[in-house]
Amino acid sequence: MSLQKKRFRYLGESLIEGNIKITAILAIIAVFLIFLFIMRESLPIFFSQEVMQEITFGKLFHGIEWQPVSDNPRFSMWPIILGSLKVTMIALVFAVPAAIGAALYSSEFAGPRLKEFIKPVVELLAGIPSVVLGFFALIIMASFLKSIFGWTYRLNAVNAGIALGFAVIPAIYSLAEDAINAVPRSFREAALGLGATPWQTATKVVLPAALPGVSAAVLFGMGRAVGETMVVLMAAGNAPLFSFNPLESTRTMTATIAAELGEVVFGGGHYHALFFIGLALFLVTFVINTVSWVLFDGLMNRLYGAKK
Amino acid sequence: MEIRENRLEIKDFSLYYHRTKALEEISMDIPEKKVTAIIGPSGCGKSTLLRSINRMNEMIDGVLTEGRILLDAENIYDRSIDVVELRRKVGMVFQRPNPFPKSIYENVAFGVRMGENKQAKGRLEEVVERSLKEAAIWDEVKDRLQRSAMELSGGQQQRVCIARALAVEPEVILMDEPASALDPIATAKIEELIFKLKEKYTIVIVTHNMQQAARVSDQTAFLMLGKLIEYGDTATIFTNPKNKTTEEYITGRFG
Repeated sequence: MSLQKKRFRYLGESLIEGNIKITAILAIIAVFLIFLFIMRESLPIFFSQEVMQEITFGKLFHGIEWQPVSDNPRFSMWPIILGSLKVTMIALVFAVPAAIGAALYSSEFAGPRLKEFIKPVVELLAGIPSVVLGFFALIIMASFLKSIFGWTYRLNAVNAGIALGFAVIPAIYSLAEDAINAVPRSFREAALGLGATPWQTATKVVLPAALPGVSAAVLFGMGRAVGETMVVLMAAGNAPLFSFNPLESTRTMTATIAAELGEVVFGGGHYHALFFIGLALFLVTFVINTVSWVLFDGLMNRLYGAKK
Repeated sequence: MEIRENRLEIKDFSLYYHRTKALEEISMDIPEKKVTAIIGPSGCGKSTLLRSINRMNEMIDGVLTEGRILLDAENIYDRSIDVVELRRKVGMVFQRPNPFPKSIYENVAFGVRMGENKQAKGRLEEVVERSLKEAAIWDEVKDRLQRSAMELSGGQQQRVCIARALAVEPEVILMDEPASALDPIATAKIEELIFKLKEKYTIVIVTHNMQQAARVSDQTAFLMLGKLIEYGDTATIFTNPKNKTTEEYITGRFG
């Protein structure tokens, strides 16, 4: 083989490698720039005299009212923080057992043919545009739930939470199923060999062994739920009430940005306040991801020992 | 008249894997409180035969069986048999050490916790200690019972797995090449342990290591291509085999 040919191949390889490298770096730069932009648009709350006449950092956490468009605008983030929290928790209460149950069923109990059917179908749920899910929750589910339970308000945190749950089930299911599938077959054999029933094997050995991955899946789902916008915008009733009652209408941080950013005075106090909400969401996601890593490592160490 | 106790009797047992006949009409009596070794070249069906004794092959699709395996005169392939109970009577140790990703204590306690023996559950700590002592690993782990079993060395892990099997007080212990993933020192410890365990348990061991079979077993079965070629006292099989194929295998003519 001639040297010439080898060099040509080397050139090709390094071109491909370089391309991939640039793409990766561009992606990182893009995320970083988005973060910088959100920072820049929310910082005037802290520094600009002009903006601070209208809104300050303190005002964002003062009181319990979000009334940005009024003679006496109030910018307390508490009602929408509470709204995000409420809807996210309800979504997780609904979605986590469903998703993990489905994952456990399809990997441990379903026959091979059923398994081949469940996985794509659940993952297809991820393909439903969230606006369609929101529409379904707004028109059909809300009336249905109201007629069954006799709720005062059609659109409330529970309605939005359940719809949001549907939106995050596929993500949690998919990751949890991967984690459960990755549990070595030898654990299952050992458990069955000791006289454990298939149910005991699944719940006492397989699920605990997959716990690092499953908890990461749950936190990933939580991040998704906090960030999801369209479903909650349509199904939650959009009233920024400071209320712990899940059966009242509510509004989330994401829905607030989506609903108000289009009609805001560019560069005004309200505008900067909305960007601050964006920054807060960014930080929440960052915190959830960090917790997820720490939890994953901690569980891995506890279960599999410090050497791995 | 001498009555030889046969805890396990395999009678005309065949196993099909899809259309392939993996085991052909195997009949052998396995004596109580002795070590019975199953040897043979790779793919001869020795692991399959072993796993038939606690019906582990059922996890695999397309497995069909014919014939009977009797444990204390009861056919374990009978419809009325509860496979969960069977596996409590017939414990298993696998080729690769496979402790659960749990603490050493929880590994050994697992079988008892899953079972319905209230008495054993009540004195769980005692059971764990006894089992670890029986498996000759107590001294090495007694100060770290709450640590993950995955942190132990391969040989230690395997002895924890043996302790885990002993904790449910089985009658028979099946060992599927229990030392093949271990170094010579760890292997020697396992063999020593097997020698001790036969005072209380009936042991069936699959091994591809003929020296090991010769060292630890009382009875040896030689399998080839799913057929039982020869079965008898280990001393006889290794020094004076009746069958020519056995002799060729024992002397290393093939394998």
